[in-house]
Amino acid sequence: MKYLDEYRDPELAQRLFAEIRRITTRPWAIMEVCGGQTHSIIRNGIDQLLPEEIELIHGPGCPVCVTPLEIIDKALAIASRPEVIFCSFGDMLRVPGSAKDLFRVKSEGGDVRIVYSPLDAVRLAQQHPDREVVFFGIGFETTAPANAMAVLQAHRLGLRNFSMLVSHVLVPPAISAIMESPTNRVQGFLAAGHVCSVMGTWQYQPLVERYRVPIVVTGFEPLDVLEGIRRVILQLESGRAELDNAYERAVRPEGNVAAQKVLSEVFEVTDRAWRGIGVIPQSGWRLRDAYRAYDAETRFAVSDIQTRESPICRSGEVLQGMLKPNQCAAFGKECTPRTPLGATMVSSEGACAAYYHYGRFIKAEEVGVAR
Amino acid sequence: MCLGIPGQIKEIYEMNGIRMGKVDFSGIVKDVCLAYLPDIDVGDYTIVHVGFAITRLDEQSALETLALFRSIGLLDEELRTDAEEEAA
Repeated sequence: MKYLDEYRDPELAQRLFAEIRRITTRPWAIMEVCGGQTHSIIRNGIDQLLPEEIELIHGPGCPVCVTPLEIIDKALAIASRPEVIFCSFGDMLRVPGSAKDLFRVKSEGGDVRIVYSPLDAVRLAQQHPDREVVFFGIGFETTAPANAMAVLQAHRLGLRNFSMLVSHVLVPPAISAIMESPTNRVQGFLAAGHVCSVMGTWQYQPLVERYRVPIVVTGFEPLDVLEGIRRVILQLESGRAELDNAYERAVRPEGNVAAQKVLSEVFEVTDRAWRGIGVIPQSGWRLRDAYRAYDAETRFAVSDIQTRESPICRSGEVLQGMLKPNQCAAFGKECTPRTPLGATMVSSEGACAAYYHYGRFIKAEEVGVAR
Repeated sequence: MCLGIPGQIKEIYEMNGIRMGKVDFSGIVKDVCLAYLPDIDVGDYTIVHVGFAITRLDEQSALETLALFRSIGLLDEELRTDAEEEAA
């Protein structure tokens, strides 16, 4: 595929590794915000091939991982109702709620369906006027335009049997929360390319200025990640803190204006709880009053939610970059992708799942991996 | 779920008043909503998230970035060789 294979070229990767090694003189801690980048880093062994001065801290950019337990439990309660067709992206089905997951609800007779696009759920609502179709609308700024369009389309079509359980989260407030944490070690950020494809890069300039921290927008292929790291290191080594875009082929400074227009039509900013992290002010989107009729939380008054997290799961620390997945005692033992204790072991963007799938059972330094 | 996948627009059509397209992902063709890219054409490359094209891949930038990667190290090798020769 064009623009995919070229950015996986091992020879060019070697050049970037060599260049990064050449310019690095001191220890630096860089956070890749997005779980997609975490997977690219672990799959390609980028963290093990970098100079040992550079530590990559895996960020909270995994939408499945940070969706609050209370919302998962609400989803489970709504999906269990006999009149409901509950539609979700596939990777939400194995996310553990307090007592079970959506797969369990399905096996118990709940009508739970995996859809690829939120518009598929709108189509189901058209096809089944006698059923309540509920879509699990989660994600960062990348999935939000799709979810907003689904609500808008249901509205246009006059569908009264479509609603959405919304739990959207936003990247910039999470960066603020990380920088303001007393335990923060992050000195530079790789910002998530596709979030910026939608929202533009302008939201990050105030963060660069407020926290004096370099932020480089980049993509997901190995060369994109390496170029992002190179540009962060260049800034750190010369004492600069700037906003830079290493992913110009997919990110324009203004973002996708058409998508932003629909987003602000359908959603408004709200405080949001992040699983494993806690409430971050103004860090999410919810439906505006004009579209409240499509809010599944209002339509299905779900009460009696008693949340209970696994007592041994440390995914909160993993999400905040305080713990590497394989430093958790339950990693690969009680907790695997088939029997996950926390959401970070479930998702294709979760750090624990990345470490599991690519065999990082023992920390690199313990087996003496050559750098 | 949140992984963006690059693909090429093969066909553009309308469904329920929404701009849609057939997008080819290395051989797998899927229906994708193009409502957020009103100017994109057949033959263009895009990135798709959960069935929605969110951005147009810019060929010029893609080529420039690759050219930059190719230049990294080459220039440096030459400079270093010169410096080392001078030192020696």
